[in-house]
Amino acid sequence: MIPGEFTYHRPSSVAEAVAILVSHGDEARPLSGGHSLIPMMKLRMAAPEHLVDLGGIADLKGVAEDGDTITVGAMTTQSDLIASELLAAKLPIVRETSELIADPQIRYLGTLGGNVANGDPGNDMPALMQCLNADYVLTGPDGDRRVPARDFYEAAYFTALAPEEILTSIRIPVPPSGHGYAYEKLKRKVGDYATAAAAVVLTMSGGAVSTCSVALTNVADTPLFAKEAGEILTGSSLDSDTIKRAVAAAEAITEPASDGRGPAEYRTKMAGVMLERALARAAERAQG
Amino acid sequence: MNDMTPTREQREAALEGMGCKRKRVEDIRFTQGKGQYVDDLKLPGMVFGDFVRSPYAHAKVTKIDASEALKLPGVIAVLTAEDLKGVNLAWMPTLAGDVQMVLADGKVLYQNQEVAFVVAENRYIADDAIQLVEVEYEELPVLTDPFKSLDEDAPVLRPDLDGKMEGAHGPRKHHNHIFTWEVGDKDETSKAFTEADVTVKEMISYHRTHPSPLETCQCVASMDKVKGELTVWGTFQAPHVIRTVASLLSTIPEHKIHVIAPDIGGGFGNKVGAYPGYICSIVASIVTGVPVKWVEDRMENLSTTSFARDYHMTTEIAAKNDGTVTGLKVHVLADHGGFDACADPSKWPAGFFNIVTGSYDFPTAHLEVDGVYTNKAPGGVAYRCSFRVTEAAYCIERGMDILAQKLGMDPADLRIKNFVKPEQFPYQSALGWEYDSGDYHTAMHKAMDTIGYRELRAEQKAKQEAFKRGETREIMGIGVSFFTEIVGAGPSKNCDILGVAMFDSAEIRVHPTGSVISRMGTKSQGQGHETTWAQIIATEIGIPADDIMVEEGDTDTAPYGLGTYGSRSTPVAGAAIALAARKIRNKAQMIAAHMLEVSEYDLEWDVDGFQVKGNPQARKSMKEIAWAAYHAPPQGIEPGLEAVSYYDPPNMTYPFGAYFCVMDIDVDTGVAKTRRFYALDDCGTRINPMIIEGQVHGGLTEAFAIAMGQEIRYDETGNVMGASFMDFFIPTAVETPHWETDHTVTPSPHHPIGAKGVGESPNVGGVPAFSNAVNDAFQFLGSTHIQMPHDAWRIWQAAKELGAHG
Repeated sequence: MIPGEFTYHRPSSVAEAVAILVSHGDEARPLSGGHSLIPMMKLRMAAPEHLVDLGGIADLKGVAEDGDTITVGAMTTQSDLIASELLAAKLPIVRETSELIADPQIRYLGTLGGNVANGDPGNDMPALMQCLNADYVLTGPDGDRRVPARDFYEAAYFTALAPEEILTSIRIPVPPSGHGYAYEKLKRKVGDYATAAAAVVLTMSGGAVSTCSVALTNVADTPLFAKEAGEILTGSSLDSDTIKRAVAAAEAITEPASDGRGPAEYRTKMAGVMLERALARAAERAQG
Repeated sequence: MNDMTPTREQREAALEGMGCKRKRVEDIRFTQGKGQYVDDLKLPGMVFGDFVRSPYAHAKVTKIDASEALKLPGVIAVLTAEDLKGVNLAWMPTLAGDVQMVLADGKVLYQNQEVAFVVAENRYIADDAIQLVEVEYEELPVLTDPFKSLDEDAPVLRPDLDGKMEGAHGPRKHHNHIFTWEVGDKDETSKAFTEADVTVKEMISYHRTHPSPLETCQCVASMDKVKGELTVWGTFQAPHVIRTVASLLSTIPEHKIHVIAPDIGGGFGNKVGAYPGYICSIVASIVTGVPVKWVEDRMENLSTTSFARDYHMTTEIAAKNDGTVTGLKVHVLADHGGFDACADPSKWPAGFFNIVTGSYDFPTAHLEVDGVYTNKAPGGVAYRCSFRVTEAAYCIERGMDILAQKLGMDPADLRIKNFVKPEQFPYQSALGWEYDSGDYHTAMHKAMDTIGYRELRAEQKAKQEAFKRGETREIMGIGVSFFTEIVGAGPSKNCDILGVAMFDSAEIRVHPTGSVISRMGTKSQGQGHETTWAQIIATEIGIPADDIMVEEGDTDTAPYGLGTYGSRSTPVAGAAIALAARKIRNKAQMIAAHMLEVSEYDLEWDVDGFQVKGNPQARKSMKEIAWAAYHAPPQGIEPGLEAVSYYDPPNMTYPFGAYFCVMDIDVDTGVAKTRRFYALDDCGTRINPMIIEGQVHGGLTEAFAIAMGQEIRYDETGNVMGASFMDFFIPTAVETPHWETDHTVTPSPHHPIGAKGVGESPNVGGVPAFSNAVNDAFQFLGSTHIQMPHDAWRIWQAAKELGAHG
């Protein structure tokens, strides 16, 4: 449980950080909260020769509102997300999800950017960002580009992020006020990754669903945006038949690993149960 | 007497003796981060050792090339089995009469087995060097299923035993067979089954788990070549035994070996045995002449040093129609891994599993245990239980529930019907034990009344009806467990470790000013001995506990003892402490008589001193007597006030308890929530009720973890799964249920203060309570037995198989 040798960098600007990444290519890794990368280094499953700590870059922290979008700096910790009154008012599902991540000690260090950029299918924020249709801002030597969360994930630990790029911020469109939301997570214990989890954001009008977005955590090698499930639910009154069809559609796209959390069959079914429960809670919260 | 003279009650309270909820004195340093653990030790010139381990579960080791590792600056040595052969230490004897490789000698038998020991200037270099040691393996067929170990064509795991058909515990019947241990009357038991109205049979598995103390196993070995003296600081639950074994193995005389166990961060059986890390550190220090530190990491700890359980118990009970039990038959398939390194008293290959008749009056019983080798880590330690007692308690407590179900009887009523009755004690069990004391009926009735057992059954019935009507997806289980433990190993007539009888010891020295230093052969790992031992002495000799210092763990200063495990400290060392204290009191009485110029027969003991019978004003306190003992002893009596006692117990002690668990289960997710858990313990005389309560809380939390998911699993190729805290279930405060504790007091008749030991009862009694609750919940759907561990997915799977998902 001791990492190999590496050089530690602590740049004070994004440009400086990008320059270090450019000069070392694949040998360098950005470090944010470190809760995925450092354990992997201790197990020697990752052995970057250059570790670029983003903790010294003040610009990467904070939550700001810009019209219909809320922008969260990549180095904003989960604890900051929970404390943000702006998020609580406009995007309460972010607080709900953050509170289900690990434990308070980890949330003081773990960041939103690290959580979404690492490509670990166990992380909770990627599915949530897909559910909310967020964009990730990737900064490289040629400036910024935006990639939708729904297009970012390729496979476990493989993402659209290039080696010389840093995920610098997350732009989340603000859902209409009165929207319903829920993040349901089944886990073995505090600190564990989800056995399965489901994020739901919906709006209702006259007892029918106007819009509905669904995403799933840790039931495939990437987060899953359950497009079809959302479409099935849209326009419905959330009657039990429709819910059953939506759950079946969501379960159909899962491809979980069998592990200590349970065999694949169980985890698929739990994705369905979590979705069902998230829908019920979201509908209860929705106005209109 | 004036008003300032303290009353008798005030003097008694000032002692903080037995029965007092005295705060733990060791917590002053522990809560400030000032404990001194092995890894806190830093010696000049100290270097670090670490292991190259096998990625394979079964393979030949055809080549080890350390040349690249040795080129790395800072690497001092790389030891292999070939090096250890030079000092005859490539293999070491186990506590169970087997031998175990220290480093891979031609082959490996389990994943992560120690292959080479790298010694380097620091931990970082050592770990870098490990990556550079090239080992060539030739994979062999892997055996992980104990039920296949005795197949004719099963792989040969131990070629070193080729042709050895006589093991340490009798004949071996197969190349992977270790022993058969048989107890009881086979014919009489068969007859009971033939004549029975009702019989039940179930294969009840107790899965492999691990004690996982917070601090892993570690040591620092330092050989002083000039003096020829070896000092070993280590995480040892039994430091004296380690010293004796180290002397026998190394041929260094025992007086030139100093074994020191500093503060220990939990043991639970994990730190009883001797591990390759200790041997390699000692050899490395002898080779290099500098101190060598070895510290296990978490994955090494979980995957190599000492698993627990892995018992597969085919259980049969014979009974009459009215529920009276008439016979018990148990066959155990015991998976011991690659070497038989069970930490049991030497003559007990399956520990005290023959306590399996439990709290019930079985007229006859028969037990057979077969130990087998598999490609898994060795161990088989008593994880917070007396030797294999938790397996036995689980076996019989699950079995009684299964019998109750077959008979259509309430499981609590069935137990009460078959309890050993108070007037039957001392009770001879069908499998050979003499239960010293007990009052099971009182304990059970108190427990049932307190939790409202009948009302809970009524609620459960209503919930079952609601579930059948589709009104709820939640079902309710009530787990009943009434355990009898056997602890306090043990009487020399039947207990020894490698020939050393399992006595224990205490030495008490009263200083002239009336304060005390005392030392014991036991070793606390969190049990709070520094607090409780002082309380026994305080009550016995009338000196406040705060004036009594307790020291353990240094073999140079502490009297020889067998250490702390199997809830033996209070039954054995606790008795030695009381008896040593009484020797002091006897001498004090002579001195007091001299001081008061009366005959010692005219004196009586009064809380903290002696007074003249009928004239309580004429008294001498222990403080005054201590001063006189050194400065003015009576003529013909040598000065000083100290005593040593070695105690060989006449019998084991038999703590018992009634535990109830109320659980609500979500059948759609398999998530089980413990609504209530009530634990009534009878551990005889209670020395410190607060520490007892803490012990019960800790043991119940472990029991909860074990029953509900804590498991060391292997896949078919012998990969150990989940050997990290990511997967190995250690509950946090969030998952842990709320514990309700209670007690009755039935003192042990043969123990000087009537105490029986409590540390392990909650683990022993807790596991069946949780498992019975899960099983009880599913009974109405037609289930008879669901195997542990009861993690959510397995409960969900059971629900699915029973058709509960529609």
